Amino acid sequence: MTGNTFYNEIINEHNLKPYHKRAVEGANFTLEGVNPSCGDDIVLELKVEDGIIVDGGFTGDGCAISQASADIMLDLIIGKSQEEAIRLSDIFLRMIKGSITDEEKEELEEAGILESVSHMPARVKCAVLGWRTMRELFGRTD
Amino acid sequence: MTDFERKIRADFPLIESSRCVYLDNGATTQKPECVLTEINRYYETMNANPMRGLYELSVEATEAYENARTVTANFINAEDPREIIFTRNATESLNLVAYSYGAHALKPGDEVIVSVAEHHSNFLPWVEASKRTGAKVVFFDCAPDGSFDLDELKKLVNTHTKVLAVNAVSNVTGQKNDIAAMADIIHEAGGVIVVDGSQSVPHESTDVQVLKADFLAFSGHKMYAPMGIGVLYGRKELLDAMPPFLYGGEMIETVSKERVTYAEVPHKFEAGTVNAGGALGLKAAVEYITKVGFDKITAKERELVKTAVEGMKEIPHVNIIGGENPDDHHGIVSFIIDGVHPHDVSEIFASENIALRAGHHCAEPLHRHLKVMSTTRMSVGMYNTCGEIEQFLDVLKSIRARMGYKDDRQYFLQ
Ligand SMILES: Cc1ncc(COP(=O)(O)O)c(C=O)c1O
Repeated sequence: MTGNTFYNEIINEHNLKPYHKRAVEGANFTLEGVNPSCGDDIVLELKVEDGIIVDGGFTGDGCAISQASADIMLDLIIGKSQEEAIRLSDIFLRMIKGSITDEEKEELEEAGILESVSHMPARVKCAVLGWRTMRELFGRTD
Repeated sequence: MTDFERKIRADFPLIESSRCVYLDNGATTQKPECVLTEINRYYETMNANPMRGLYELSVEATEAYENARTVTANFINAEDPREIIFTRNATESLNLVAYSYGAHALKPGDEVIVSVAEHHSNFLPWVEASKRTGAKVVFFDCAPDGSFDLDELKKLVNTHTKVLAVNAVSNVTGQKNDIAAMADIIHEAGGVIVVDGSQSVPHESTDVQVLKADFLAFSGHKMYAPMGIGVLYGRKELLDAMPPFLYGGEMIETVSKERVTYAEVPHKFEAGTVNAGGALGLKAAVEYITKVGFDKITAKERELVKTAVEGMKEIPHVNIIGGENPDDHHGIVSFIIDGVHPHDVSEIFASENIALRAGHHCAEPLHRHLKVMSTTRMSVGMYNTCGEIEQFLDVLKSIRARMGYKDDRQYFLQ
């Protein structure tokens, strides 16, 4: 069999044992994100103090891509400022559309492995669910 | 490959040329050469607007179109070709019934019984018809294996019951319903039965008189015919009494500023220019199916499903939706894998060039009723082979391991 899926160890690990899949005590930003095509449904919770994301988590269900992507995103943005999180999500969304530089990809750390989703149109919505929900939490609805 | 498999596959250009193991026949089927040729022949040699011109081409086009109607009527043993209305697809057929029969027969307080296993196409039109007329939709629930209990139906019918909307075969469980028995129950109460035959007509011989169906809807594209042609069968006296669905050209007898007289059935329900090429493609598909023979088609598909179901039962963490018995699944087997989302399942199959469908298959009420979010579905057609089913099973076995699970019995692919 030749099938090359991108379900690699990193995605599987984040899907099977999501580190950030939990409710967040004292969260002051909470929003549900839904992707009707897959039935992915997550609630993203962030705790922001003085503009810094000090804690975050998500609950809900979905496909491996949506779950792993949300978990990886939280790894990346916890400890960063709101603006920085938005900036990184700009890069992530552009990556999924297929246009970023190597330096930018480096900035995304583990999230860079989701680049191959740009060749899987049916799964784009899954990959960006957590990121879009985070942007919406911070008032970005583009 | 058996001789039957080789011979049938040679008739389907896409099947012959593609590397894809096509197991999404419940969504749409591939088209045999003879269907494609017939559509071409129509446009190359007879194309004119049927029913409109007085010149020879138009007369020929009209005759060809009406002949397709007769062939289709014979295919399902309708008494009269005028009981066949050509539509775009099953969805349009079901909307037509719900709209026109609804307008004719439903009034406030009436009840429409809809099986919980309906495709949205045989559910939402009834919801809307009920809103317009003041009638009420009542759900007919199924058992966890997808089967329906006729005694439950008897409890649901009453003097307000006007319609039972039910599929002949479910597009999720593959469960076949006892339409004739359901028809008896609903007829006794004075109502009509509207049968969604989308998943039955392509796979087994259909006789509307044996089924005692008042209406039967199906799509050409799921039975080896082109997209864009569908059928509504309706008993003539019911169709005669119903108002038109769409208004415009070709559906009138006379029009003046003050008055219009509508055409007789079936033309009353075929407003606008018809899909004559599609109707001829459907005729060719019916002739092809008849030539191969439903005895052979049904037996082959049964063998495929049996191989699949028996193999699936051996694989840990794979749960089949619906009945235990292979014969409970008419061409369709949906399943879930513990801990793996159906979209990830179908993604892995796609990477191995196996086409399956994932999601709620436009049957959300059923998924909710069975308490599963979504499922993966494999559905067979006459050209599928036992070898393809083995390929399907091999990939299925490997999925949990690929998704990072460390099970007791590990399967890896070579
Ligand atoms: C049971 C059933 N009913 C209705 C439909 C709708 O068919 P179509 O999209 O051709 O109108 C389908 C297929 O999608 C189906 O499986």
